[in-house]
Amino acid sequence: MLKFTEEHEWLKIEGDVATVGITEHAAGQLGDLVFVELPEAGASFAKGDSAATVESVKAASDVYCPLDGEIIEVNQAIVDDPSLVNSDPQGAAWFFKLKLADPSAANALLDEAAYKELVA
Amino acid sequence: MRQTWRPDLEDISHLKHTPLHALHLSLGARMVPFAGYDMPVQYPDGVLKEHLHTRAAAGLFDVSHMGQIVVRPKSGRMEDAALALEKLVPVDILGLAEGRQRYGLFTNDEGGILDDLMITNRGDHFFLVVNAACKEADFAHLKKGLGATCDVEMLDDRALVALQGPRAEAVLCELWADVASMRFMDVAEADLHDVTCIISRSGYTGEDGFEISIPAKSAVDVTQRLLEHPDVMPIGLGARDSLRLEAGLCLYGNDIDTGTTPVEAALEWAIQKSRRSGGDRAGGFPGAERVLAELANGAKRRRVGLKPEGRAPVRGGAKVYADAEGKVAVGTVTSGGFGPSVDGPIAMGYVDAAQAGNGTKLYAEVRGKYLPLTVTALPFVKQTYKR
Repeated sequence: MLKFTEEHEWLKIEGDVATVGITEHAAGQLGDLVFVELPEAGASFAKGDSAATVESVKAASDVYCPLDGEIIEVNQAIVDDPSLVNSDPQGAAWFFKLKLADPSAANALLDEAAYKELVA
Repeated sequence: MRQTWRPDLEDISHLKHTPLHALHLSLGARMVPFAGYDMPVQYPDGVLKEHLHTRAAAGLFDVSHMGQIVVRPKSGRMEDAALALEKLVPVDILGLAEGRQRYGLFTNDEGGILDDLMITNRGDHFFLVVNAACKEADFAHLKKGLGATCDVEMLDDRALVALQGPRAEAVLCELWADVASMRFMDVAEADLHDVTCIISRSGYTGEDGFEISIPAKSAVDVTQRLLEHPDVMPIGLGARDSLRLEAGLCLYGNDIDTGTTPVEAALEWAIQKSRRSGGDRAGGFPGAERVLAELANGAKRRRVGLKPEGRAPVRGGAKVYADAEGKVAVGTVTSGGFGPSVDGPIAMGYVDAAQAGNGTKLYAEVRGKYLPLTVTALPFVKQTYKR
């Protein structure tokens, strides 16, 4: 199941685990990324907490945790090469995997059609 | 995701346009409000490529939002205008030769900086270029200070573009061959594409290059002619900022303002001997008492380059400490970001004089962590001015 937030994160949900990244639209708006900071595996976040930071030449941006949960894995590849977020934001450049506290809460997020309408 | 720095998303209909506004849109620029103007922050290639292209070839910047002001002596004697200007800036204007340009500062009575500017002797008048956000205030300040002896006129009918980078001379040579004989901070009048322009060999990137003042009605023609050259790429405000930061140059409003003095800002090189204690025309500018005392004894704090150790950029506003626990505050970052040519984070800011020596290890607070950084000589990149 693919879901989106109004803050331009995407979630690919399999069982009670969501793989989270930022959308192509967001990556385009940010421009070339030069730095990514990810949370520690094991950290817990509430929906809306700042979970990661991305920086372009000119600006820093927060990436929010889209639902309550615990970080079980982070993608070191985007820390080593932040430009991956620009080249493949909705594929290889995922940010973290989140074990959802309440998987049913994902139903309230946007589906792909609704997100596309938001950024149109 | 949310950008913590982004242009105001308010109504933009009140924003002013430069003569090149439509050209920016046709080039696919992303526009943002800046100093009351709708300005290009980047073009489709993006900040990183624009920055690196300027250092490798040539970049073209629209800086028409800046103020262009003419100061003309009523008596016809340049000496009168020079001495009048010296009452507002701690700079040797009388010694500025015709066809030469000099960096200057308007100071206030407390020795703070009202604006920084470029001053050119154009033979029968002085030509000033001032910051966009300050231009109305500067104009009023000049009228008040010089109105009795000089005619002060804001040139609203001219564009200003900067052509910067190692290929700038070769590109401009194709329109005007004599440009090769100009040195850094020379100013000349020349016909480009049959348009009379004022060209100075200067800029805001640390690279060799030119700033070209063009009559507004011909601005698009001349700019397009320059952009047609395969070595030239249009550059937005984003890369303009990263280029000037690498070059160690101040941004008014960030790194200098009414609360900083020229000596605190490490700009004492802009105050020539004649205006210092013991000089022919020592003092005589607003705030001279404090500025001359700081020239003699040093200031309590100092603007320095700061090089973060890791990859994380340290942005303007970050607090700087002497220790990794954030107990002893010693200063603040005023500009910071990522330097594409340095290939790492760079910053500048003010620290206590005792901590201002090159090599001093300090810590900046970023998102609750204390990141190590080192006081580093500016600029971060080698300047390539043709002296």
